Amino acid sequence: MKISTEIGITEAQIDLLDVAENFCLDHSPIEKVRALMEDDLGYDPEVWKQIGELGWLAVAIPEDYDGVGLSLTEVVPIAEQMGRYLLNSPFISTTLAAQALIMGGTDAQKKSYLPQIVAGKAATLALSESNGDWDLNNIDAKATKDGNGYVLSGTKTFVMDLTSAELVVISVKLDDAVRLVALRGDQISQHAVRRERIIDEVKRSYELTLDGISVSLDQFMNENATKATLGHIHLAANLLGSAELCGACKSTIDYTVEYLKTRRQFGKLIGSYQALKHPTVDAFVGYEKARSLLYAAAFCFDRQGEGEVATRMAKARADQALSFAADRAIQFHGGFGFTYDCDAQLYRRCALFHASQYGDAAYHKRKLADLLF
Amino acid sequence: MEAELREFERDADAWFAENTPGEPDFMLPLTFMEVGTDQQFEFLREWQNKVYSAGYLGAAWPKEYGGGGLTQKHQDIATRAMKKYRGPIMLNAIGINWTGPLILDIGSEAHKQKYIKGILSAEDIWCQGFSEPENGSDLGNAQLRAVRDGDEYVLNGSKIWTTHGHYAKYMILLARTDLDAPSKYAGLSFILTPMTVPGIETVKIKKLTGEHGFTQTFFTDTRIPADGLMGREGEGWKIAMQTLEYERSARGGQAGGYVLTEVDPLEILQLASKAKRDGQSVLADPVVRDKLMDFVIDAQAMALNGKRARISPLVRDCPQALPLMSKLTHTEFALRINEFAISLMGTKGGYYVDEPNAIDEGYWHRSYLNAFSATIGGGTSQIQRNIIGEHALSLPKTR
Repeated sequence: MKISTEIGITEAQIDLLDVAENFCLDHSPIEKVRALMEDDLGYDPEVWKQIGELGWLAVAIPEDYDGVGLSLTEVVPIAEQMGRYLLNSPFISTTLAAQALIMGGTDAQKKSYLPQIVAGKAATLALSESNGDWDLNNIDAKATKDGNGYVLSGTKTFVMDLTSAELVVISVKLDDAVRLVALRGDQISQHAVRRERIIDEVKRSYELTLDGISVSLDQFMNENATKATLGHIHLAANLLGSAELCGACKSTIDYTVEYLKTRRQFGKLIGSYQALKHPTVDAFVGYEKARSLLYAAAFCFDRQGEGEVATRMAKARADQALSFAADRAIQFHGGFGFTYDCDAQLYRRCALFHASQYGDAAYHKRKLADLLF
Repeated sequence: MEAELREFERDADAWFAENTPGEPDFMLPLTFMEVGTDQQFEFLREWQNKVYSAGYLGAAWPKEYGGGGLTQKHQDIATRAMKKYRGPIMLNAIGINWTGPLILDIGSEAHKQKYIKGILSAEDIWCQGFSEPENGSDLGNAQLRAVRDGDEYVLNGSKIWTTHGHYAKYMILLARTDLDAPSKYAGLSFILTPMTVPGIETVKIKKLTGEHGFTQTFFTDTRIPADGLMGREGEGWKIAMQTLEYERSARGGQAGGYVLTEVDPLEILQLASKAKRDGQSVLADPVVRDKLMDFVIDAQAMALNGKRARISPLVRDCPQALPLMSKLTHTEFALRINEFAISLMGTKGGYYVDEPNAIDEGYWHRSYLNAFSATIGGGTSQIQRNIIGEHALSLPKTR
């Protein structure tokens, strides 16, 4: 397995980095993040509308379906800045669902859904189940033949932003083979949906009970592409997850440094004490390494093999970087760090949530070891 | 230009393919700081001279002073070719990496004429006189006295950890010229000092590895020409800090080549594939795999950091951060990966250099112990964290 040592940045990435940074800074001040945490929907519909109008949902969608025709490489700076400013919206779940369609949808499904996503409709993925396994092939939900159609059974977990989604890509077993199904939002009754309490209170996640939902044959996605699609989703989710983690890590360090520069004890600014300064520098070094790995992964993501290696490295280090930075951020804020009002907990929770989804650092290192030696 | 560079690349590749020496029958030092025997010294001096004569060292330095008069791109190409064929390190590190760039940046015309060529050819070996026995990390408190007497300075005091002290023809010296300066820093001056004048005694220091690598250098009423002064009296601290930026690669202009052999995690992989635990390859141990993967990822991250530092949209939050952390990350990595290598060897981890049963002739053990030279020298890792914290993160100073 080859390891790419390339890193670069595209013109579109440069532009998007600029625009996304300013947009997220303007539209997601921390007071608003805090207010939305109390809100049931969890995001600002007006901001979501603007995200659609900015064309960010179209970035990685092919031109044939009204998209911009770029790739996830260009989505990375957007996801990074959203992570940095804790801007929640269905953007990531929609982008991943679109990737599932692009990779595994039938022509009809692509024609039907992708232009809608470009136009600003939300979509999501329902792949996880209560076994907690990161292996997306390890599922029990089923589709059973029923007359001319199929009836679904089982329960999916960690369905992000489900209540907003007009399309839900779900995984079920049909005759013992994993299959993906493009479920319409209007096929889901509100009784089938339960909001999950998740560690990251900025995000919204739901449990979806499939029992009794009927689907037609044409809702099944391309049978031959299931494996490749699940593999692609796993990596795409980790790439964008790494981007969010890196963004959040930047904010964590800025937030900690600000406190170290203003809080005094024993007559000195606490940032002058090496017991606090040195671990903060270690967190910063961890962040810079993670960010290099992130942009390298973005750069070679579309390359078979190299993209996987780079993405797993990026996720492993992004997870470790934010986990350490935010853990120390809580500690270094002292008594205030132990309170709900201190933002350090938001970042620590963000890291814990990302580690729980699509694999943590240890998991990716094991996968990498298997790929490399 | 592109065609010319490609031709240069072909020539460099061919030259290093043909001229890179094989392993001699004695062990070569891993870094310039570990030259312990005359045999090693002469071998490396001859190699540097050969590389320079072929035009692959100092390629981007001005022609009128002995450089190649080409561009940094040319030198980078030559350095890559050197790496590709795993050529020995460049010996005259203090000359080519920090004294040379410093002289080219702020030296007088006479300095450039006198020193640059000898630095590149390794005819004139350079050493550094910064640390003192009582003033290491607190470099600004250096006490070696330099008293002006007509066209000369008279030196009294002692410097320590002088790499190549035994071999050097010149020293970059940080000396105290003014006892009444308003601050300890303002009393320092930076002087290019000959090492071959009366009143200088170098005493070898035995390192933790058992080898000789550097000296303590004693100055007793030593008279040196005053024209070696860099800048003005009292500017020594500023110039010393600039010198350390070259040393830590936070500032460019080096002659090229490399002065340290970096451990590639894939070499550890080879080592690990030979080592056994409970009858099985240690590579089957999931804990070993996890640790090894951390080294592979770190090596990758450091290489990418170096490349990202040149992509301005990706470093605009803090452009100096990546160069500032380069020394800390590389030296700590070297320490840890060598330590890890020893841990893979089972009972053989107990052998040392010169033991015939030792794996790779004790290379990893020596390498681990020697790696401390880089986490301590040039500003310890703890000082590096202060620097990064204060300069990249604007944290309050530690004093």
